[in-house]
Amino acid sequence: MKQLHERAHELLEQKAVSVIIGYGEGTEGRVRPVFIRTLEAVRLLVWDDRCRVNLAVYLNKPEIRKFGFPIAVVSTPATVRTIVQLIAEHQLSIGDVVVLVRENDTVRALIQKEDLEQYARNNPVIFPPFVIEEIELLKKMSIEERFTYWQEELAKCFKCYACRAACPLCYCEKCITDVNQPQWVCVAPHPVGVFEWHINRAMHLAGRCIECGSCTIACPVGIPIALLTIEATRVVKEEFAFTPGIDCNAPSALSTFRVDDKETFIR
Amino acid sequence: MKEFEPKIVAFVCNWCTYAGADLTGTSRIHYAPNVRVVRFPCTGRIDYNLIIKAFERGADGVIVSGCHPNDCHYTSGNFHARRRWIVFRTLLEYIGIDPRRIIFSWVSAAEGAKWADLVNKAVREIRELGPAKEFINMKQWYEFEKALGGFRG
Repeated sequence: MKQLHERAHELLEQKAVSVIIGYGEGTEGRVRPVFIRTLEAVRLLVWDDRCRVNLAVYLNKPEIRKFGFPIAVVSTPATVRTIVQLIAEHQLSIGDVVVLVRENDTVRALIQKEDLEQYARNNPVIFPPFVIEEIELLKKMSIEERFTYWQEELAKCFKCYACRAACPLCYCEKCITDVNQPQWVCVAPHPVGVFEWHINRAMHLAGRCIECGSCTIACPVGIPIALLTIEATRVVKEEFAFTPGIDCNAPSALSTFRVDDKETFIR
Repeated sequence: MKEFEPKIVAFVCNWCTYAGADLTGTSRIHYAPNVRVVRFPCTGRIDYNLIIKAFERGADGVIVSGCHPNDCHYTSGNFHARRRWIVFRTLLEYIGIDPRRIIFSWVSAAEGAKWADLVNKAVREIRELGPAKEFINMKQWYEFEKALGGFRG
């Protein structure tokens, strides 16, 4: 933590970054995001095992962007992958972000493409145990059981769109759910609207989701929605040998194709 | 009791399958009348949302068909569509919806007989599966919204 403070102090003093996005002490023993702009505020930064939420989401917010690039972000492995994916999707340029990562008890600042990609490749996103359990559970279920499982889970959804707000890769200024002519996604939180929203969310994140789990953490009613995008990413990985978030120049998985893509299900 | 007659919606591309289905007609080949054909410019245009909407509005099965690989009128529309189908199909299966209800196929403009076979087989299979029970709940809500006049989709 001391190292992080020193590094943050240094960055702000040299005016190398406009703002540092990091974790600070919140209420009830939880951490919350803090935005550090002055040298006095650097002491607010904390960095421990509680810091899991993906802070890259703030890089897309106009309120943060107005401070001007470069911006420093205190990053977990998932955050680094997110930033690489955002660069691949031309939402950020190399040099816009100073990525602060922890490596062998030291704090490193990654800026260059090679450093980011190397870190992203060497540090895969690790799922918490309860997520792995849930994935295994769903794998063992029959299709009817899965249907019941998702009906029960999705019945809780009241469409607050916290999953969308928390997702660093849901950055469209006009989301498909906000389009009302034609209305692709029904707005009400009844089975039709909920089903359409979650399928659309998963399809739009297929091959892009870096599996940070921010959506599940953000969900106020505790739906394990990350499972849907994890499944989508798994398929993309398996069928098209494509892993998001490790290559700054990667094309989008669903807007490219190979002539020999598998088509066992097509008659 | 009257036998269950499935309602099937077919999303087909203008250049191959639509012409193929036309050939089936002009060749006077009989096939099951359960299918409603919707013509699209290309399989690349067939959004997965359209498939979802078809089920919500009471379809029991969907056929999606277009040009064979390398035959696309727009060079690569069917390749892009194929990638999307792979992901979409898996997601539906994950969420608990029987993927056998959606039938993907390539039917060229010369394959009138294949179209007839495809439809007949699809009707047979979906009749066995029965009405789309996964969407019964959603259908009711759709009807409700329509009654309120608030559903524009």
